[in-house]
Amino acid sequence: MKKTIITVVGNDTVGIIAKVCTYLADNRINILDISQTIVQGYFNMMMVADTSASDKDHGTLSKELSDLGDEIGVVIHCQHEDIFNKMHRI
Amino acid sequence: MINIFEVNETNKMIEQENLDVRTITMGISLLSCVDSDFEKLKTKIYDKITGYARDLVATGDRISMEYGIPIVNKRISVTPISLVGGGACRSASDYAELAKVLDKAAYETGVNFIGGYSALVSKGMTPQEEMLIRSIPEALSSTERVCSSINIGSTRTGIDMDAVKLMGEIILETAKATRENDSIGCAKLVVFCNAPDDNPFMAGAFHGVTEGDCVINVGVSGPGVVRTALKDVRGADFETLCETIKRTAFKVTRVGQLVAMEASKQLNVPFGIVDLSLAPTPAIGDSVAEILEEIGLERAGAPGTTAALALLNDQVKKGGVMASTAVGGLSGAFIPVSEDQGMIDAVNDGALTLEKLEAMTCVCSVGLDMIAIPGNTSAATISGIIADEAAIGMVNQKTTAVRLIPVIGKDVGDIATFGGLLGHAPIMPVNGFSCEAFIERGGRIPAPIHSFKN
Repeated sequence: MKKTIITVVGNDTVGIIAKVCTYLADNRINILDISQTIVQGYFNMMMVADTSASDKDHGTLSKELSDLGDEIGVVIHCQHEDIFNKMHRI
Repeated sequence: MINIFEVNETNKMIEQENLDVRTITMGISLLSCVDSDFEKLKTKIYDKITGYARDLVATGDRISMEYGIPIVNKRISVTPISLVGGGACRSASDYAELAKVLDKAAYETGVNFIGGYSALVSKGMTPQEEMLIRSIPEALSSTERVCSSINIGSTRTGIDMDAVKLMGEIILETAKATRENDSIGCAKLVVFCNAPDDNPFMAGAFHGVTEGDCVINVGVSGPGVVRTALKDVRGADFETLCETIKRTAFKVTRVGQLVAMEASKQLNVPFGIVDLSLAPTPAIGDSVAEILEEIGLERAGAPGTTAALALLNDQVKKGGVMASTAVGGLSGAFIPVSEDQGMIDAVNDGALTLEKLEAMTCVCSVGLDMIAIPGNTSAATISGIIADEAAIGMVNQKTTAVRLIPVIGKDVGDIATFGGLLGHAPIMPVNGFSCEAFIERGGRIPAPIHSFKN
């Protein structure tokens, strides 16, 4: 299973997590881990997700999450976890 | 498991510090295309390149999207064309015709450059190799994406001074043939000493004859990331400085290694090497000169520059080597002038001269790169500069290169504009004393004593 890291960064507002999680649930994406902080008023969230049950490919998910981010007013990235593992783990 | 701070660090490098993979370069051997029938040769070359590289650009774009890391260029390098065309080309124009085939293949596959319009003449030139060299002005002025490189010397063979003399003339002719665009043809022409067989970076990339049929080489980048990391250690001692560069280079290279392995897997082509170079772009904050400033110099070119560049180059290699299974190519810091805003500023401020750049090439990974000089510079003077640079490479057992652009119709004080990644450059003054009699001698400079290792 290749895990996907979803990051959400932007101005804090009501319902960010709700909207992102609703999208993930609708697309059968399982959330394995969530961490979230507020840094200087900025909402900062990282999710580790399993997308293997989703019908949509990475490109579609990435695009739709990015569009959802535009709607909420935050930036959403969707990346395979390997880029982080490679960089930060030997 | 990976934590939010690590994820943020990586994404900050990508979004704010210009971390990217500079190039995925597919090396393709054209030796199997050799044919004495010129038309058959052209068809075989075109078919092999477009067949092998059909999915290169799409694969690069997909990897970029999946990992969220920009992959700026997708490129192709091929076997030196002097060897491939030797049996079929009867004139310089025939060779230039092959350049057009390469150009067409580059358009078809969507790559932005194709390298390998090359000849390896470090000890002497065959008639075919000389023919290819003489075709360069026509080849580079009638194509857009073809890059040419000529290896005129090596530590093992010495320097072919006949080729050096010829290249001075060819650079000037290429400049004249592309005078409408600030002599941009010369930006696609590199003269090497000790050229590596597996370099993924243009304009000097070619697929060496020691390589396999097809290979994926990746060039990483990241001057902005190194510079940002160094901001946190201002005033610290050299050990701390070096350690910081090393750690950063490690992280940057790991991303390159990941992309290389993934590209290799998806394209079903063997992985070759990762080139650990710090390659600047004209973008603000993506500058090697700014790293030198961060190390403690007011401007690149100030006293201390060579030492700062030497430590930078060395630490990049030390950090990168451990991060990759195989490193190669040029690997180190690039110091092109036109492609680095900090270097351009240093030249404009009078801090950086051609002579200081030459000193810097003794300790960096390449050589005199993307330097605009007056269009009325003589061919002999250009040859003299090439010979100096080749001598540095030959004696120090390192790659050196010259990519000079004599900008026809422009002089010191003017600016040459090349556009895109090639940037723009102030025309730099060149020492006006003649080396005509030196270049006129002809023949070969023998290999240095320390090349005899057997």
